[in-house]
Amino acid sequence: MHNKSVAELSRELESGRVSSVELTQQFLERIRQEDSKYNSFITVSEEQALAEARAADEMRAAGKATPWTGVPFAQKDNFCTHGVRTSCGSRMLDNFVPSYDSAVTGNFRTAGAVCLGKTNMDEFAMGSSTESSFYGPTINPWGLGSGSRRVPGGSSGGSAAAVAARLVPAATGSDTGGSIRQPAAFCGITGLKPTYGRVSRHGLVAFASSLDQAGPMARSAEDVAMMLNVMAGPDPRDSTCTEQATPDYTATLNEPLKGLKIGLPREYFSDQLSPAMEAQVHNAIREYEKLGATVREVSLPHASLAIAAYYVIAPAEASANLSRFDGVRYGYRCENPEDLMDLYTRSRAEGFGNEVKRRILVGTYALSAGYYDAYYLKAQKVRRLIQQDFINAFKDVDVLMSPVTPSPAFVQGEKSTDPVAMYLEDIFTIAANLAGIPAMSVPAGFVDGMPVGLQILGDYFSEARLLNAAHQFQQVTDWHQREPQ
Amino acid sequence: MQWDIVIGLEIHVQLATRTKIFSGSSTAFGADPNTQASAIDLAMPGTLPVPNEEAFRYAVMFGLATNAEIGRRSVFERKNYFYPDLPKGYQTTQLAEPIVGPGHVDIDLSDGSTKRIRIHHAHLEEDAGKSLHEDYHGMTGIDLNRAGTPLIEVVTEPDMSNAEEAVAFAKKLHGIVTSLGICDGDMSQGSMRFDVNISLKPKGSDTLGTRTETKNLNSFRFMEQAIAHEVERQMDILEDGGAITQETRLYNGERDESRSMRTKEEANDYRYFPCPDLLPVVIDDAFIDDARARLPELPDARKARFREQYGLNDYDAGVLSADARLAAFFEETASHGKDAKLAANWVQGEFSARLNAEEKTVADAPITGAQLGALVTRIADNTLSSSGAKKVFDALWTGESDKVDAIIEAKGLKQVSDTGALEAMVDEVLGAMPEQVAQYQGEEDPKKRKKMLGGFMGPLMKASRGQGNPKLFNEILVRRLGG
Amino acid sequence: MSISREDIEKVAVLARIKVDSEQVSVLEQDLGNILNLVDQLSAADTGSVEPLSHPLDAVQRLRPDVVTEANQREAFQAIAPATEDGLYLVPRVIE
Repeated sequence: MHNKSVAELSRELESGRVSSVELTQQFLERIRQEDSKYNSFITVSEEQALAEARAADEMRAAGKATPWTGVPFAQKDNFCTHGVRTSCGSRMLDNFVPSYDSAVTGNFRTAGAVCLGKTNMDEFAMGSSTESSFYGPTINPWGLGSGSRRVPGGSSGGSAAAVAARLVPAATGSDTGGSIRQPAAFCGITGLKPTYGRVSRHGLVAFASSLDQAGPMARSAEDVAMMLNVMAGPDPRDSTCTEQATPDYTATLNEPLKGLKIGLPREYFSDQLSPAMEAQVHNAIREYEKLGATVREVSLPHASLAIAAYYVIAPAEASANLSRFDGVRYGYRCENPEDLMDLYTRSRAEGFGNEVKRRILVGTYALSAGYYDAYYLKAQKVRRLIQQDFINAFKDVDVLMSPVTPSPAFVQGEKSTDPVAMYLEDIFTIAANLAGIPAMSVPAGFVDGMPVGLQILGDYFSEARLLNAAHQFQQVTDWHQREPQ
Repeated sequence: MQWDIVIGLEIHVQLATRTKIFSGSSTAFGADPNTQASAIDLAMPGTLPVPNEEAFRYAVMFGLATNAEIGRRSVFERKNYFYPDLPKGYQTTQLAEPIVGPGHVDIDLSDGSTKRIRIHHAHLEEDAGKSLHEDYHGMTGIDLNRAGTPLIEVVTEPDMSNAEEAVAFAKKLHGIVTSLGICDGDMSQGSMRFDVNISLKPKGSDTLGTRTETKNLNSFRFMEQAIAHEVERQMDILEDGGAITQETRLYNGERDESRSMRTKEEANDYRYFPCPDLLPVVIDDAFIDDARARLPELPDARKARFREQYGLNDYDAGVLSADARLAAFFEETASHGKDAKLAANWVQGEFSARLNAEEKTVADAPITGAQLGALVTRIADNTLSSSGAKKVFDALWTGESDKVDAIIEAKGLKQVSDTGALEAMVDEVLGAMPEQVAQYQGEEDPKKRKKMLGGFMGPLMKASRGQGNPKLFNEILVRRLGG
Repeated sequence: MSISREDIEKVAVLARIKVDSEQVSVLEQDLGNILNLVDQLSAADTGSVEPLSHPLDAVQRLRPDVVTEANQREAFQAIAPATEDGLYLVPRVIE
């Protein structure tokens, strides 16, 4: 069962060959047996999962089943889940149990899906390796055999690893600078960052409000499309969420790709890209040409500024978003605070890990008097230039393609001593967040035995086209079906 | 050394919307602590703000009523600082692009002149919660019911030059927001709070001095006192050759003392930036037209109408038209009372004095305009003397009875105004006081004569058992005594 | 672009995060490196460019003034560090 896709499990449940409760028990057992190797879950919510499974079976018996009824999945631990701890990978929220669901959680609940638990992540979604979690690092299921432990990527590393290890068929992630796409690439699964505003951020603990977007992670594009059908949609609780109606993303998966115009940004294929990685990406692109797509070079002239702009804007917004964590109304409070200042400074110093503190300090600095114009305002201007680059590119092509990461998953500890080295991991993914355009990572081969991904970027609200392109690719390749080991 | 005083005001007006500015929580006053604090108000993780349409409507109405530009596009910003009554660790407010641009309000001064006070802008923001300093084993208790209540902050130009102007402006503004119905105006509940910025400069100089800010004054009286206090404090320092420290101060009205609010650390750097959870708010013509259609009569228009409709003088019209509720009370009185001038006197006089003494607002008044009007009618038709009227007023106020005529009957306050009867009494009393009569008639000084008349009033009132119309008695006396 | 110890300490106070002397030293290095990365921005020509605050060119929806929230104090305060009489408790605040 654990190898089946969401689509397949949905059919199994529909046929009555397996009940939701049985399926849930099987997956819970598998998690119990296997997850100690990966540490992909922070919380396994057994009781709630079984209750949801029973409800799903009842829903089916009443004739009200949806494609997701009874299908198990996991949620990254920055999605608020009613009655289940939501920690964001941080000591600050180790004791936080929300009495409300995120919009995404609510949507899955309404559809009858069964949440098995909350997955590990970089603390407050700040990171690219899931090494900064209060609950310890997650290990990439790929590369375990070789002796050294590889990172699963981050910040949605727990979700990526759980899906790759077949502990769940699907998991939600969030992507602010690449946090869905990069772990998807490192773990050989399919992940999508939707257009900014496509999925409601209500109940998704905010990191950088103008960049955050919740998104689906699964092994195939078809599964990702099924997830997006549940996740996407208008929500009056989120002012930045679009009112545009959601199409059925599964309906157009099989459109022929003939005539698809693919652009390759020259700035993403520079000398800095390793030959091995470049070869894999070009192989993938050749498959698209075989399917009838045409390829041309395009330019994103301001691509090199993306990281700098991001590392002003994201920390700046985060510094304000994380001010609410103060030990007053919920979350971690230091022991015996002497006075108010002590309560704040010690609760936050003890509750937050080093990367979070670094970013809050950088963000505070970038917004402070005397620096606002040079940093924050400047970064927002560069952001518009980056957006304009994409708008211009999409006048000539339908989609852009590039590597997802400069290299495959690195070894644990390799980049954690130098924050900036870690930041440069996001070099291909960050621009999409700044502009707000949708982007996917699709398994595209292996380098040195580790998975690598192909990034597909599209114009605003073109998720259907991206999923179509990914699905067609997955009809002629089998990278997405490979199992770790 | 002569000094010019320069005063600017920042006024926080709590809007009377049903819900908060960014959440659907009730704003009703007096609820148990934290029972009107939703996940958004508590800054729970993942929660997001959604702005209240009515708050914008009220803000646009305010702008229209103060001759201001309406900000067709306004943007919310985050003002970052830490305080337990500020759950998010930032206040969502407006800075660069506020909902209301420059405007003005004209105030009437006691010398009869009018002065224009310019408003720099007005913006929408959220209120903070409350800190209760009651001792919870050395801890402070925080109630977040108020957190998120919509405020309009009105910022004036430093156009005021003394306490009178500042108070006149404050009262005018109070009248405007209550007339608009966008604020209940109850200052004791904190519906309007004033911050006063004061600086001094040598008379005639163009250079502004360093200013201080005195925060959170919630009465006109305290504002007046605080201004006087701060001006004196600054003057003392400057005349001693010292310099004014730019700081925020708190004024204690009971003790007429102020102290600096400056904490040990540096002044706050608020690190304003546009709030990424909120999009720019765009106000179209239809929205403005709708707000304009909702504008009720404003104090200036009402004052002009009072002068014309009721024949009131400028001063009376001004006092009665300023506050919407007082104005309504006056009009009810006048419609039942048939003598507008008398009605005006009673509303401004005894009625207002009694409210002030008991620290009540017009809304809490124990009598209605209809009752006061009935009283005014009985004075106007000579049924009541002024002393009798006071007794009736008391009885109404204390709830002894609610009908004017019933009180007059019960207490036998009906004046005797029958000239014939009164003349008879006068003749009788004069007859019994020949010496005083002679004294009067022998006196030439009119002032002394007037005084002597008083001497006859006592016996006359006794003879009439207090019911003689004193005015008529006076007239008859003068005629009878002649000279 | 480097950042001084003094600046770090000031920013730590603004952000209400306690840092000791050793941490400040480490931060000098780390934050300095991040600011070096960020300084690349100064090379960009952004003369007449408007800042981009929101990726989507949309305007704010306004919500009707209707009460939609009920009292959930019990649920919310069940997870609070310190409460009494329905109030959140913090060390005494001196104004």
